[in-house]
Amino acid sequence: MRSKAGFDILLVIAIHLVLAAAACVVLTPLFWLVCAALKGPNDLFHYLFASPDPTLENFRSLFKQVPFFRYMTNSMFIATSVTLLQVFFSSLAGFALAKYEFRGKRPIMVLMLATMMIPGQVLLAPMYKLIYQMGLVDTYWALILPAVVSVFGIILFRQSMLQIPDELLDAGRIDGCSEFRLYWEVVLPVSRPMVGAFTLIAFMGSWNSFLWPQIVLQDHARFTLPIALNQMVGLYSQEYGSLMAGTLLSILPVIVLFFLLQKEFLAGLTSGAVKG
Amino acid sequence: MSQPSATRFWTLQRKAAPYVFISPFIIVFATFMVYPLIQSILFAFQASSGPKSTAYVGLDNFRFMLRDPDFWTAVRNTATFAFFSVFVQLPLSLGLALLLNARWVRARSFFRLAFFSPHLVGQVFVAVLFSLIFIPRFGLLNRAIHAVLGMGLETKWLMDPSLVMPALVLTALWMYVGFNMIYFLAALQAVDPQLYEAAQVDGANRWKQFIHVTFPGIKPIAVFIMIMSAIGSFQLFELPYVLLRQTPGPNQAGLTIVMYLFSTGFSTGDLGYASAIGWALVLIILTISLAQAKVMGLWKRDA
Repeated sequence: MRSKAGFDILLVIAIHLVLAAAACVVLTPLFWLVCAALKGPNDLFHYLFASPDPTLENFRSLFKQVPFFRYMTNSMFIATSVTLLQVFFSSLAGFALAKYEFRGKRPIMVLMLATMMIPGQVLLAPMYKLIYQMGLVDTYWALILPAVVSVFGIILFRQSMLQIPDELLDAGRIDGCSEFRLYWEVVLPVSRPMVGAFTLIAFMGSWNSFLWPQIVLQDHARFTLPIALNQMVGLYSQEYGSLMAGTLLSILPVIVLFFLLQKEFLAGLTSGAVKG
Repeated sequence: MSQPSATRFWTLQRKAAPYVFISPFIIVFATFMVYPLIQSILFAFQASSGPKSTAYVGLDNFRFMLRDPDFWTAVRNTATFAFFSVFVQLPLSLGLALLLNARWVRARSFFRLAFFSPHLVGQVFVAVLFSLIFIPRFGLLNRAIHAVLGMGLETKWLMDPSLVMPALVLTALWMYVGFNMIYFLAALQAVDPQLYEAAQVDGANRWKQFIHVTFPGIKPIAVFIMIMSAIGSFQLFELPYVLLRQTPGPNQAGLTIVMYLFSTGFSTGDLGYASAIGWALVLIILTISLAQAKVMGLWKRDA
């Protein structure tokens, strides 16, 4: 059966069926997680998905077993600080590399691109020694300081800022803008989509980071959510309900932020790749 | 002739601006990137226990590595995982992207969001979730396999050496298939629609259109995705570490290069050998990236 536009209707239906099936497969584990978090201990394995009487018991026992609220505030504090700093300093450096000619610009860019090819794990040992020598082991500083600015972020910002017309900047200069005010009042607002995209990238990176915090954090009071949950898997491995409740609470902030920024994010994520 | 000081200030701030703007980055980059990178080269030629005591050992770390069975187990496991990421996961991502890019697809943004959503869940949280999905009898996976194929419910995914890698591949598949699809989709949408029209005029069928229009059009990004995916796979750590309860798994079936680096450096305390493993990882990643780029003809000028 062929329609006027030469499109096979059966094929269109088949495509939708495959897509729907794939979407079901992908979404089921997340749905299962929400259900498991809301099931009482007796219902957990009794019902595959939702139980008829949902309960918040898992959340109550979660907060009783471990200082979960503390972990959440730790994660929130670190991820927010890292995100704000990274967005600010990366966009500032990206602006310098996009819109100014200055001495050392080329070597800086070559060095940046070269280090991007190197997996961060090779730095773990010397970074630990450095943080140790700085006396920063088991502090938030150990997580925040090295993450103040991101090479990837600079490249993203530079690429989007290259498109800002020089006339716009010159107009600002004639109006008496200092270079920093130009950045703050002209360049940043114009780069809003990239700011949105990179905010999510930076937040997710910090929120989900595990290996480095696992190395430098020791005191429970400073644990972030990934560190805490990993430990709970070992300690409370039979308490499936509260584990799932903890997992659900841990992923919510990223999901909320994603919905706030999704348009910018999906566009920004691919812009570098497609143009490059 | 002296300029008025206000004008001088303006010229000066304009000249200094790029240096001021880039300096925070330079400081952080030099301290936490360049310096550790150089250190790490030196470390690779040292033996150490903890950050305080070190001794120069020349090439001993690398000599030891070549005959270290644990290292090679880690390389084998990680390479297997990377192989499946590139050759199973990416074709699926491309397939989904092609379906989603077909004309007349409804609810495109819903599907895109649905496929992408697992990527919002960080690796550790994915691992915690899947540690429950994989449990025998009650886990979602065994239930699903039981329902569809009628197989038993007792498969111990994370305890059976031969099933650990499939479990890891499956978890990563769930997490990354939609993420890579986003890139393929963007690439497909960037292909000039006029090329398809021209191909249709020439009487090319769908398959020929794919080979002669779609594939060359998305090739640069496909190479990019393959390289990124391989690089990411070779850094596999969180998924097996959390899923296997901070162990290498049964028969070391879940030992990865980064996991071995981590336990060498921070459980055993040999930062030197850990750095040497790190540089082996760098070498592997560079080789594979270059090989992929070469095989895909990235440097060939297209006729």
